[in-house]
Amino acid sequence: MAPLGFEPTPPNEDPLDSHLNIEPLIVNMGPSHPATHGTVRLRVALHGENIQDCDVEIGFLHRGFQKSCENVTWAQCLPYTDRLNYVSPMMNNFGFLSAVEKLLGLDIPERAKYIRVIGAELHRIHDHLTATAATSMEIGGFAVFLYAVEARELIMERVTELTGARLTTSYGRIGGLNRDLPEGWKDKVLQTLERIHLVANEVDGLLTRNRIFMDRMVGTGYLSLEDALDFGFTGPCLRASGMALDIRKAHPYWAYPHLDFDVPVFHACDNFDRYRVRMVEIHQSLRLIRQALEKLPDGPVLIDDWRFALPPQEAVLNTIEGTMAHFKLIMEGVQVPAGEVYHSTESANGELGWYLRSDGSGRPYKVHIRAPGFQLLSALSKMVKGKLLSDLIPTFDTINMVGGEVEQ
Amino acid sequence: MSQKALDSVQHTLPQALVERYEDITGAHWGIVNQEFLLPLLRYAKETLGFRLFISMDAVDRLQLPIHKPRFEVLYFLYSPAEKAHLRLKVLVEEQTPTLPSAHSVFQGALWAERSVWDFYGIRFEGHPDLRRMFLYEAFEGHPLRKDYPLRGRQPLIPENPVLENPSKGPGNNCPV
Repeated sequence: MAPLGFEPTPPNEDPLDSHLNIEPLIVNMGPSHPATHGTVRLRVALHGENIQDCDVEIGFLHRGFQKSCENVTWAQCLPYTDRLNYVSPMMNNFGFLSAVEKLLGLDIPERAKYIRVIGAELHRIHDHLTATAATSMEIGGFAVFLYAVEARELIMERVTELTGARLTTSYGRIGGLNRDLPEGWKDKVLQTLERIHLVANEVDGLLTRNRIFMDRMVGTGYLSLEDALDFGFTGPCLRASGMALDIRKAHPYWAYPHLDFDVPVFHACDNFDRYRVRMVEIHQSLRLIRQALEKLPDGPVLIDDWRFALPPQEAVLNTIEGTMAHFKLIMEGVQVPAGEVYHSTESANGELGWYLRSDGSGRPYKVHIRAPGFQLLSALSKMVKGKLLSDLIPTFDTINMVGGEVEQ
Repeated sequence: MSQKALDSVQHTLPQALVERYEDITGAHWGIVNQEFLLPLLRYAKETLGFRLFISMDAVDRLQLPIHKPRFEVLYFLYSPAEKAHLRLKVLVEEQTPTLPSAHSVFQGALWAERSVWDFYGIRFEGHPDLRRMFLYEAFEGHPLRKDYPLRGRQPLIPENPVLENPSKGPGNNCPV
């Protein structure tokens, strides 16, 4: 066990028990603990019920994401990105693909842009519902968890119909998407949105003015805006600290410039406002999906350039050009020119950034992922120091770290 | 906008930028002189408004055409007011892989520097707690260096040997 360098316990000034030699009590939470969803080990030094120091240890889920990506072709990296944020895998897929497309200088078809928005927003709702449900469950509100999981399950079903998998979606290809919407999917999504709207209101009614919930959330996990920027907060946690920064508005991508939505901002910098930002964003995402489904243009979902996208099966089987293009794409991969790019998209927890470096060999030379949760989690020990142990749980929940992306 | 920021850096701290270039997507990069790294970061944060620490990482250039000095350390900052990224690079020699720690300017660098140390073996002087971020302390080598083998596994607990008879379960008493 590495030395932690805990601060010494403050001298006991009470004359009745000053002779007692009080040492901090070290409590291990995790790596497998019911209140820390995710494999994180928190070593907490306690003085009574107050946290003197907290050491966050990660890496239990480290899989060598970057090293694996450096040894496969660009298209083969896609399945690895599913496993980063396993609560919203489509956002990782599309974020990575957008970065590669930027490096290639590709523009994807309009229809693919809208479908990417729909997929990403479905998963944003999914992620926010999960975060809220887990927060509520871990501080004692189990009913909310059941409601939210019901809505989550509906989203999971729609995602399965769209991509063929509940979790490992691998949806999207360089230059667009691998398949169009299934038949009748639009109507099913609209019905699902109705249901999510009801569930979100139900969760809102159960939690937002709930005395027990507010006692645990209001004022806890405070981190000033100054520190939040310093630590690299983005997404809902930054917007709960009073800064309206959203990459969908600041640097619009895909179909976002054509859609109308608001960015919620709250100013208390605490757990309760992080929860409220998420609740408002669920409704904004519902709005976005409805608009995107309405405006969805017709047309192809994949570019028709066989240097980057696989040719249709008909062409592969019947023409020599198609066969050659297929063979070259499968065996050698997409030839990305030598160069570098930093590109980011707004994922459910904040800025999901990719620094990609290509040496022109058909494989990534370097894939750096800027996981939003990594920077959020790095601030955890500062947020809980000097506070009660019971504040650690909601703080850990509202920053919503996801082991897959934080630990790569 | 990031171009304007680099202009003003060049104007105020003329020795800080070794080189500037534009990458193939049109984004502007600045290569920073090691000695001026901290003053530059502080200037970018306090005067130019790049207050949001985005990320940090390194690149091992061993297999690239230009491979000396061996490492590049990347810094990404963001200015919420100007809606612009600042992309900075520092070149680091293989023999002396050390850089000053930026944690006094950006607290977010505390963990980011630990992960760079873990993956690339670049030391950050003045870092209060430079432990490995993802791997365990007994791990030898730095896995994202290009000369570290892909299958260089170092399990803490010995891995199960491959079974000779695949239909037989593990253990000596397991029925065939």
